[in-house]
Amino acid sequence: MATARRRIRRFTRTERAVHWVHAAAFLVLLATGLALYLPSLSEFLGRRPLLKSIHVYTAVAWIVALVFVVAVGDRASLRATLREIDLFDRDDREWLKRRHPPQGRLNAGQKVNAILTAVFALLFAVSGVLLWYGERNTRFRFAQTILIHDWLTYVSFFLFVGHLYLSVIHPRTRHSLTGITRGWVYEDWAREHHAKWAALARSEGADGP
Amino acid sequence: MSSNDADARPYGRRAFLGLLAAGLTSFAWAGPASRIFAPVTSQFSQLLGDLLPVGGWRIYTISGSMPLFDPATWRLEITGLVRKPRTLTYADLLALPRASQISTFHCVTGWTVKDVHWAGVRFGDLLALAEPLPAARAIRFVSMEEPYTDSLTLRQATLPDAMLAYELDGKPLTRAHGSPARVVIPEMYGYKGVKWLTRMELVASQPTGYWEGLGYDQNAWVGRSNGYG
Repeated sequence: MATARRRIRRFTRTERAVHWVHAAAFLVLLATGLALYLPSLSEFLGRRPLLKSIHVYTAVAWIVALVFVVAVGDRASLRATLREIDLFDRDDREWLKRRHPPQGRLNAGQKVNAILTAVFALLFAVSGVLLWYGERNTRFRFAQTILIHDWLTYVSFFLFVGHLYLSVIHPRTRHSLTGITRGWVYEDWAREHHAKWAALARSEGADGP
Repeated sequence: MSSNDADARPYGRRAFLGLLAAGLTSFAWAGPASRIFAPVTSQFSQLLGDLLPVGGWRIYTISGSMPLFDPATWRLEITGLVRKPRTLTYADLLALPRASQISTFHCVTGWTVKDVHWAGVRFGDLLALAEPLPAARAIRFVSMEEPYTDSLTLRQATLPDAMLAYELDGKPLTRAHGSPARVVIPEMYGYKGVKWLTRMELVASQPTGYWEGLGYDQNAWVGRSNGYG
């Protein structure tokens, strides 16, 4: 291998902060949620009131942390990311048909994942607040709330497993983890997986397109 | 970004808003949909046992750990407005006339378990042992899980399918389900079904139970209380 593999910047600090706030909250909420939900775990762990408090206050901390990151972070980079996720060009649409045209900084699957994550976050928050308030006030109590919260969990669990597989295990894609931890990826990897973006991006230190 | 820029479509926002709308409107359609898919989901649930309890039980507790039943030391007291206060052992309880039934369990939070096989003792048989005084109007049930209590009027407790259950689906109650004995009243939401029962106190009027103190209805009729129906 050559001595200096060139790196290019993929995610800003603000983008990474948004990702990790989400990831950390999701893991704690999933773990405590499963302990509240699965009879075998509930029985084994006990301490339901404590787990319930951790679950609820983690959700509050998650929302507060997101607001904080947006308030103090690089909002221009977030706006650019939103625009990028919004737009699906012809190559993106081809990608979704399981062909492999060159992709931008985010491939079409990553855009879909980001959209689903945002939708799920909002629906989790709405149904969660209703569960929390519904325990105190019958006006917020609907028979379907818990069902919806459950189904969001089932579906997001499989999305999470897929996301984890691609980012940590799958040999060809797992280098992308560096992008979200340290912000940069190797240029040769980017050229293979995100050719349109790699062609535009300059070497490390410069922002993406 | 590339020569395809002109061809870029704002599908992301539309997908986001569309999915969000589908999710929010599911408060209207999730109920009917889950009933349609119930045959599928309940098979799925049986397949995975309690690992993925789709439509199955959830275990709610209010304290740090579940009470532990010891057959040697557990007692069921029947006290209060009675002629003959009684203290039953587990063996005494099992020796009483056995009743069994299949009923549906409804939780006030929205989940339901169908075809639950219960076995236990009718309250009429328990009360006959202690002989309630004429002033007695209700039973206050006290759990080993403090401070959980709830109550039923004598009329509610002697409904044909109300019982003090000690078996669930053919097996002695497990710790999670309130061993050794719990109150079962299928017409009411599950919070009336005090688990880990240790005392029945005959009283002149219904006291406020644990969940009633947090705003839930005293008469927890399924579909007709707690903001439903």
